[in-house]
Amino acid sequence: MSVAKSLPARAFGAVGLMAAAMVMVFFVAPEDADQGISQKIFYFHVPIALTAYACFGTGAWKALRLLWTREERYDLESYTAVHQGTIFGALTLITGSIWAKASWGIWWTWSSNQLVLFLVLFLFYCAYFMLRFSLEPGPRRARLSAVYAVFGVALIPVSFLAIRLANDFIHPTVFTRHGAQMTHTMFAAFCVSWAALLALAHVMYRIELLGKRIDANLRDLREALTAA
Amino acid sequence: MSTYAADVAALARKDLRLELRARDTLPAMLLFVLATLVVFHFALPAGTGHEPAYGLLWVALVFTALLGLGRAWVPERENAALDGLVLAPCDRSAIWLGKALATLTFLVAAEVVALPAFALFFAPLRGTALAGVALADIGICTVGSLVSAMAASSRTRELILPLLFLPLAIPLIVGGVGSSVSPHGGKYLLFLALYDGVFSILSWASFEYVVTE
Repeated sequence: MSVAKSLPARAFGAVGLMAAAMVMVFFVAPEDADQGISQKIFYFHVPIALTAYACFGTGAWKALRLLWTREERYDLESYTAVHQGTIFGALTLITGSIWAKASWGIWWTWSSNQLVLFLVLFLFYCAYFMLRFSLEPGPRRARLSAVYAVFGVALIPVSFLAIRLANDFIHPTVFTRHGAQMTHTMFAAFCVSWAALLALAHVMYRIELLGKRIDANLRDLREALTAA
Repeated sequence: MSTYAADVAALARKDLRLELRARDTLPAMLLFVLATLVVFHFALPAGTGHEPAYGLLWVALVFTALLGLGRAWVPERENAALDGLVLAPCDRSAIWLGKALATLTFLVAAEVVALPAFALFFAPLRGTALAGVALADIGICTVGSLVSAMAASSRTRELILPLLFLPLAIPLIVGGVGSSVSPHGGKYLLFLALYDGVFSILSWASFEYVVTE
């Protein structure tokens, strides 16, 4: 329960980091000469995408732990991490789409490998939830979800390679995301923003996990009461 | 190891014999793939050339495979035969491999008809395209057998199988279409082989967790 006690402190830490990131991004980092203010979304879009990867990776790691140790608690942890990953994945798609509109004038482009990859992953993890919700709660659901989550993390590099390959015959890559090298302050702003989003994801993960555990405990208590 | 191979062969033979007696899946797959090719003829505007047809061939193949995969675990589900198989003194992954081999046989049989029909209706297929089909078939059947076992134990069954399978099949489509149309077909064959390797090992290792209680 020590995690639950330190949760408010962690939440304040995440909010503080977020505020620092805002200051760094909007007031310290220089404005991009080419793209102007719209380039600022880079400091959120890319860290959100990296955070989503971290969440999917955590989900797969917890899933592997579940398959190894058969400990029940990893099921909720894996599910919560995948849930957070899907939220951040959806945010990646939204911010990427906004950025594409701002810099290229279109809401969607198939030539951005990262965006296409996130679309594939988004579909994959939505199927994960469909699978989970169509199974009866229990160890079987835990194991099937875990296997699918592990597949997801194998799908990430394979899909990335596939999308890179597909560009050859669909159409060549026209846009490159990093036209110019980042300056030191830009890189610092990027890192602070990434740290803030990771902290935010961690706190959200902890809060959701806590809520789901309380739910499960409550259900157990209620069942024990009705049985008695 | 030889007992493992014998188990796999026995399980695959059981599926083939069931199919020979009941004739449920294969005729449906054959008719489906032919009907799909005819639908594609009308879906493509006149004078679009060969290239879009190659793409559509891969859509037809994946959906035909889905049709077969949807039926794959029906015999095991009826009368709870899967529980018996899981209790049998054989490695659980042999059940998956036997199912993958049986599904592969059905898919190849459907393609033996579908590919000449495609060449007749649309455009000729070159050697790399055929190699691409062969490699993609392995990927489709290994991953598909695992995912359809998952779908079979869920409440929504047939409904959820395409949702689980299609995101995993996107790299296969990329490799297949690339091997059919790209001048550097060999690169895509290599990619398909990589996919087969990665996901076959994953499916082989994780099948046990899908079927055990």
